[in-house]
Amino acid sequence: MSTDKTSSTDLGKPATAPVDAPPAADAASAAVDPRLLVREQGFGGYLGELKRKVRAGELGALPVIVGLIIICIVFQSLNSNFLTAGNLSDISVAMVGTGMIAVGIVFVLLLGEIDLSVGSVSGVAGASFAVLSVLHGTPEWLALILAILTGAVAGTIHGFIFARIGVPAFAVTLAGLLFWNGFMLKILGDNGTINTNGSGVFYNLSNYFFSDIAVAYGAALVAVAVYFLSAFFDSRRREAAGVPSRPLSEIVLRTVLLAVVAFAVAFMFNQNKGLPLAVVIFLAVLILTDFVLRRTSYGRMIFALGGSVEASRRAGINIVMVRTSVYAISGTFAAVGGLFLASKISAANQGAGSGDLLMNAIAAAVIGGTSLFGGRGRTWNALLGVLVITSIQYGLALEGVAAAIQQMITGGVLLITVIIDAITRKTQKSAGRA
Amino acid sequence: MVHVSATPVLALRGVSKRFGAVQALTDVELEVHAGEVVALVGDNGAGKSTLVKTIAGVHPIDDGVIEWEGKAVQIGKPNDAQTLGIATVYQDLALCDNIDVVGNLYLGRELKKRGVLDEVEMERRSRELLTTLSIRIPSVRIPIASLSGGQRQTVAIARSMLGEPKLVILDEPTAALGVEQTAQVLDLVERLRQRGHAVVLISHNMADVKAVADKVAVLRLGRNNGVFDVKTTSQEEIISAITGATDNAVTRRAARNAEVQK
Ligand SMILES: Nc1ncnc2c1ncn2[C@@H]1O[C@H](COP(=O)(O)OP(=O)(O)OP(=O)(O)O)[C@@H](O)[C@H]1O
Ligand SMILES: [Mg+2]
Repeated sequence: MSTDKTSSTDLGKPATAPVDAPPAADAASAAVDPRLLVREQGFGGYLGELKRKVRAGELGALPVIVGLIIICIVFQSLNSNFLTAGNLSDISVAMVGTGMIAVGIVFVLLLGEIDLSVGSVSGVAGASFAVLSVLHGTPEWLALILAILTGAVAGTIHGFIFARIGVPAFAVTLAGLLFWNGFMLKILGDNGTINTNGSGVFYNLSNYFFSDIAVAYGAALVAVAVYFLSAFFDSRRREAAGVPSRPLSEIVLRTVLLAVVAFAVAFMFNQNKGLPLAVVIFLAVLILTDFVLRRTSYGRMIFALGGSVEASRRAGINIVMVRTSVYAISGTFAAVGGLFLASKISAANQGAGSGDLLMNAIAAAVIGGTSLFGGRGRTWNALLGVLVITSIQYGLALEGVAAAIQQMITGGVLLITVIIDAITRKTQKSAGRA
Repeated sequence: MVHVSATPVLALRGVSKRFGAVQALTDVELEVHAGEVVALVGDNGAGKSTLVKTIAGVHPIDDGVIEWEGKAVQIGKPNDAQTLGIATVYQDLALCDNIDVVGNLYLGRELKKRGVLDEVEMERRSRELLTTLSIRIPSVRIPIASLSGGQRQTVAIARSMLGEPKLVILDEPTAALGVEQTAQVLDLVERLRQRGHAVVLISHNMADVKAVADKVAVLRLGRNNGVFDVKTTSQEEIISAITGATDNAVTRRAARNAEVQK
């Protein structure tokens, strides 16, 4: 079998070990302590595992999803317009700007750090685009690229000062918050507000819908098929290598769940104007960033640094490079988010990037389940968190509740989330999985 | 007797290291040959861990020369040591709590397939490695945070064994272990020697040292205080070198008690 061929190349195999590795399946059972975590095969085992996880405090995305369901029930009972396709579609488009910024925040939180500059940087990106394309006549695509680069450069500067000189990230990015906000006001100049084109690439970012219903359904179908096939072949590969794999029943169950959600969402969009371009881009970003974090050694370095800086250093990880690049990523996504926000209102104005944007982006990452202490989280958390926050905003707006109250409620939700986080952490500690 | 090559794998010549006001190491000499286990002993704060960290590239040396297979080398960062073939298990283990066992074993040298982490292969090899080392843990896919101290120690040792090191340095590997696991680690050290690896073993436990070491190098207050052949040296002689006196812990206590009684 080909799987045995590589075994002698880089393992430090003691002389007593046989030349041919034992069949992998034997190795698998022998390395596992017989007392613990022996999962029954098949579907029953899957449910048992799920129950054990919940009891041990490994809730994952469960609290957020329950929260979202509660939000839907409450607002729907207050106002029957909440769960209409039009409102849900609006929420989906509106959340993308803040959601993009929150994706960058997830990267920074994984390091156990914070980036306070993302709001201001997002404002700079919107203003740069408007100045370049409206005032200087730069082609839109070029202005978009330059605006995103502005964010990347700002983030790189923050990251480098933090990583190389050792200034606390909190202080560096606080300075960034002030500096970039001033920078934005400066480049907007006397105009104050610059209105952007009512058509074109930039306008389409937040306003284009794939009105052909086949697009939304097709996208859902592709997503479900790709998920199933990759899970299926991964499981087959694991089986062949003799390491534990997901049973087919579990893969099918997950695929069915995904299919239900994907087609329900596609149906909802198609009831309205069709699949929004903004949502397509956001989902693509989430898939890409999740892949980078969980399937590449760069992503592994970020998690390692969030777990233990000293261990990472001794493992030969280039800490300055990882830290700097993570802030560059944060700045880049802040810029992307800023462009979506500006596209939504077709203008760059002096208020962009200030107010509660920064707090909402951080809250979205945390509400979605990213740990404030580093080393734990996924970029999908940004989607769940920003869905919660935007739903609350829209639900309250439907009720005609003032912005002041909206903020208080968002604050309350964030508090509840961190309390749940702290409690589950305690449960995890007592269950030995801190 | 194990065959010992003429050129040492690692030789330290007059190595010094200072931390601010603390002169942690002064003119330290050390030679380790292939197929040889050198025990490094000394009281708390003698500089053993510091010496290990200079070899491993965690703390670059201030003075002196490190020779690797007869040639002077610069070890400025952990990567340099790894590239030479030095694997280190630190006293403070330095594992990432949030990452699972497989991830920790391969941290910094992940196996990749077309640029993507090859989790399946890493998991398969991890299981195989743990099995050959008779290491038992609940699952290779649980985070390090949920392992016991001894289990973490064995994971850290297993980590050092990946990538065929020429020199393995173990800083108090048995301090946190139970009887059975200590025996396993000592077996492991024996197997390393049989396979021709050079081993530096730090321990406060004279029984462990006597059981597996060929040579004992004593550090006292950051300086060499003798290198002894384990076969021909008594435990008392080693202990007196550690404490820096002809007397030992027992006679010291007796003397102190006598003073108190006066
Ligand atoms: N990073 C550091 N900064 C400053 N001083 C240090 C540092 N590391 C070690 N020292 C000092 O160097 C000396 C030697 O410490 P070291 O840890 O090497 O001792 P050791 O022999 O390993 O002791 P133990 O048996 O307790 O592990 C001590 O006086 C210690 O305080
Ligand atoms: Mg020590």
